[in-house]
Amino acid sequence: MNRYLAIYRLTFRNSLIREMNFKANFLLWMIVESCWFIGQMAFIEVLYGHVNEIAGWTKWQLVCLVGTHQIISQIFQGFFYINLANLPELIRTGRLDIMLALPVDAQFAVSTRQVSFDCFVNTFVGIGIVVLSLVKLGITPDAWSVVLYLFAIVLGVAVHYAVMFSLAAVSFWMIRGQALIHGYFNLFHIGRYPDVVFRGVFKFIFTWIMPIILVSNVPAKLLARPFESPWTGLATLIAATAIVLGLTRAWWLFALKRYGSASS
Amino acid sequence: MTARLAKYAKVFTIGIQNTFVYRWAFVLRSVVGIVPLIGTLFLWQGVFGSGGGTVAGYTFSAMILYFAMTVLMENLVTPTDDEWQIAGEIRDGRLSFLLLKPMNYLAYRFSLYASYRLLYSAILAPGIVIVFFALREHIILPSNPSTWLAFAGSTILAALLQFFIAYTIAMLAFWILEISTIIFITYSFEYFLSGRIFPLDMLPPWLSGVVKWAPFSYELYFPVQIFMERVKGAALAEGLAIQAGWVVVMWLAAVTLWRRGVKKYQAVGG
Repeated sequence: MNRYLAIYRLTFRNSLIREMNFKANFLLWMIVESCWFIGQMAFIEVLYGHVNEIAGWTKWQLVCLVGTHQIISQIFQGFFYINLANLPELIRTGRLDIMLALPVDAQFAVSTRQVSFDCFVNTFVGIGIVVLSLVKLGITPDAWSVVLYLFAIVLGVAVHYAVMFSLAAVSFWMIRGQALIHGYFNLFHIGRYPDVVFRGVFKFIFTWIMPIILVSNVPAKLLARPFESPWTGLATLIAATAIVLGLTRAWWLFALKRYGSASS
Repeated sequence: MTARLAKYAKVFTIGIQNTFVYRWAFVLRSVVGIVPLIGTLFLWQGVFGSGGGTVAGYTFSAMILYFAMTVLMENLVTPTDDEWQIAGEIRDGRLSFLLLKPMNYLAYRFSLYASYRLLYSAILAPGIVIVFFALREHIILPSNPSTWLAFAGSTILAALLQFFIAYTIAMLAFWILEISTIIFITYSFEYFLSGRIFPLDMLPPWLSGVVKWAPFSYELYFPVQIFMERVKGAALAEGLAIQAGWVVVMWLAAVTLWRRGVKKYQAVGG
């Protein structure tokens, strides 16, 4: 465990040095993310220009949900996104061999190659938006809610990781697995919507098989809708996170057995 | 002339064959690609609530038709990979290989784009039929033949516009090594201002000028408005003219940047 921490500390340091060397790039990625985030906020503004509530959610409750989604997805992207997005390329070129030969767990090795610091700046934007929404809602959360919120955020990051990792691992079977990388954005697109709008079979799929709609809804409701009991949501999120992480690990081990390496 | 066309027809066939190799990636991608549409439909169900009524002049059915058509249009005309491939060819020096061939690069890329889009649409066709069938109670096809004609014309213009925008952005790779940030910034504008996540007439009136004169709404929103017969007569003619104008502007930009870029081209690694 200590060894893994020491390795990660080095990765962190190297990524920071790399980031310092490409300052313009760092800024540009921040602008990219800001453009998308401003668009999201504009969408909410436009929607609530026409209606007062959506399935019982008021404007600032929805803002809190979108801000929470931003925090979770940016933490995930900061730590893992670029590494998982590179997995199909590692498999295609056979460079995965080197990672497999390292004296650490291979899943750890491919998942933690570099850290993107621009995402952490965007995380703070998300935090700012959540705080703003709470001020507008006139809610001061107690310490206990904040602790639960942070706990749910960590689970959310784990779910993002599990879903994207599983998608990326499909490229063991399929060249051009890059196409699936877009799948991550397609899937989590719906994570920003209130869970109550989903019905029927889709609600089941996106709660249990791919727990996408729980991820932001559970923490956001803790803060923005304190009148709802959080326990069912939290329990479901904990169970679903455990399930997807377990499945992801099994999927990875199964895929590795099939791996024959390329061009070597 | 025939010989020249035959050349690009060959590129077109090669494009189709290349794409067909990766058909499973395609199928999986489109299955996952349907998820945002499902989310959108549920969200708007929430917006409209249980009662009837309209939002910004759209009934619930009209809104569903709007999004179904937007997704259809997107699959038909939006380039998926082209700008990345062009920028990659410039950056890696693979362009040198193509420069030696008696081919116009823009025509070459356009043939590939067209073959890719057509095959993509053909593979997706069963899925699109299923989606439209599932939503059939909300789908109203235009009855007027001239609407179909205007819609077809506007769709072709939208395809040209999207291709030229992607091509022009990719040309920047002659000057800037890493253009993915620029591509993503353009995407964000296209995403919100082409009407992909909400119909643009929901925007407050003071923004309608931007919608009308900026190129983005002509990438998806405008053809869909024609299909839904929400734009007619003089407004239709005016819109088509602006759309055609943007196609010409982006084509000129594409050609100009190409000429300047090739002069600067150093064939790194090639």
